[in-house]
Amino acid sequence: MMLTDLTIAQAVEGLRKRDFSATELTKAHTGAISQLNGRLNAYITVTADKAEAAAAEADKALVAGDAPALTGIPLGIKDLFCTEGVRTTAGSRILSNFVPPYESTVTANLLKNGAIFLGKTNLDEFAMGSANLTSAFGEVENPWHRTGDSSVLVPGGSSGGSAAAVAAHLAMGATGTDTGGSIRQPAAYCGIVGLKPTYGRCSRWGTIAFASSLDQAGPMTRTVEDAAIMLQAMAGHDPKDSTSADIAVPDYRAATTRSLKGLRVGIPAEYRPDGMSEELLAVWQKGIDMLREAGCEIVDVSLPHTKYGLATYYIIAPAECSSNLARYDGVRFGVRAEGATSLDDLYEKSRHNGFGEEVRRRILVGTYVLSAGYYDAYYLKAQKVRTLIQRDFTNAFEKVDVLLTPTAPTAAFGRDEKPEDPVQMYLNDIFTVPASMAGQPAMSVPVTLDSKGLPLGLQLIGRHFDEETLIAAGAALEKAAAFTARPDLRAGAAA
Amino acid sequence: MSLDLATTRRIAKLARIGLNDQETEAVRAQLGGILGWIEILNEVDVEGIPPMIGTSMNTALAQRPDVVTDGNCQEKVLSNAPDRAGPFFTVPKVVE
Repeated sequence: MMLTDLTIAQAVEGLRKRDFSATELTKAHTGAISQLNGRLNAYITVTADKAEAAAAEADKALVAGDAPALTGIPLGIKDLFCTEGVRTTAGSRILSNFVPPYESTVTANLLKNGAIFLGKTNLDEFAMGSANLTSAFGEVENPWHRTGDSSVLVPGGSSGGSAAAVAAHLAMGATGTDTGGSIRQPAAYCGIVGLKPTYGRCSRWGTIAFASSLDQAGPMTRTVEDAAIMLQAMAGHDPKDSTSADIAVPDYRAATTRSLKGLRVGIPAEYRPDGMSEELLAVWQKGIDMLREAGCEIVDVSLPHTKYGLATYYIIAPAECSSNLARYDGVRFGVRAEGATSLDDLYEKSRHNGFGEEVRRRILVGTYVLSAGYYDAYYLKAQKVRTLIQRDFTNAFEKVDVLLTPTAPTAAFGRDEKPEDPVQMYLNDIFTVPASMAGQPAMSVPVTLDSKGLPLGLQLIGRHFDEETLIAAGAALEKAAAFTARPDLRAGAAA
Repeated sequence: MSLDLATTRRIAKLARIGLNDQETEAVRAQLGGILGWIEILNEVDVEGIPPMIGTSMNTALAQRPDVVTDGNCQEKVLSNAPDRAGPFFTVPKVVE
């Protein structure tokens, strides 16, 4: 077995038994990155030298026996988390020269726990996209391909670089952020685990903001246990984020072995829209059977406002985006356009040149729905519908402990099958957006391959601050599904 | 819902996103499509429903003592400035 094939749990143990060193483990990954990143484009910035220096320090700590949980574990960091002294771009031209003088809380927590950062992973520009086609640093290739078909597929988005890196064994795990599905949908497209914690569980401080009432950081890994280990290190109260929850972080890893006997699993009727593929319905049924087999009670539930989730999201998220992205004006940081003749001209030129098409579109939608005369009709209305969406979940969780749904309506699609209509592209997030709107924790777990050889994932949605039940149910699904398939493009197996 | 060009130009101006005429027309058409799709929300009866602010975990925002907790990092603040003059950010001349 190659070092890049290990899970985080296995590597933590192997490092402590000195079966291999942190330096060997890191070099195995930096080697794999130099072999494959040219094609996958999963990383925007690779920090191999820094990683190897950190690995040498980790080896000293391991020998001294004073090593926190993630000591020596090489991770990818979505290029939306500010990393001190390491360029942080958000996948945008406007931040192509930005070097943060500070470290985000989530990455600082990982460093404090001994993790090693391999580099900054690619993403849709400012995390706005579902296919990793909007990055100013080029598209990411999904390491999976349809059987007998070499067409390039998208990795999903926005955390597509993180998902591709973890799936191709170019990192043991990676951070993602999820605003409407940006951890869970790429996890499903790339056959890995992606966990979006409850809003407030991980600090947002130092993570470049897209939609502040929705953004949440979480782990992307190859196993549920690894997600539990990583989340443990990432989560926790932070006085620097006023929405960060002052609630104790439980022992997530312990939840992986919890019994599911008597756990009530809700199956929402509204997640079965017309035109859903038979194959996806069958996978969902398979997941239901697996959880029933594990001792769960299956309960039909209704989330009646589900169909309004996306439209609500595409008012709230652009509104917040237009406000958050007002700071990029070419004055204090980021790229300034040349040749401006006035201050307004400087703003307009810098923002026009610095933002890509999708980001501009969302800023404009947000500006419109917040503008005088339209605020009540769009923004206020959406906030009220959002209350109804959250009530749906609150009501459902009176009857059940967790919900099971598909993660995405399809498997990964081809780069050249991308819909031209932005609304069609937005439909990728139809199953992930409602949980985001309500702040619920949710996780995607890979369950099987479809008839074309591509991974499909199922989503678990939990009560606020009950990631443990997601982890317990996710571990049971993972065990029953025995999903061991790996993409054809990966470390040591590149075609 | 269709947007007219004047409204599209006004939004672009409010957002300080310089658009040329061709881009304005493309944006007008796309925004019209998105806003038309959003009109599905007209079906929902929200009479008496309070708006959800943030993610409303229904707890009061935390407060802290009103004291300085950070600062004395002028060089860090200026370290990414596209252009500076001593301890200042610069902009094009705004007063003749």
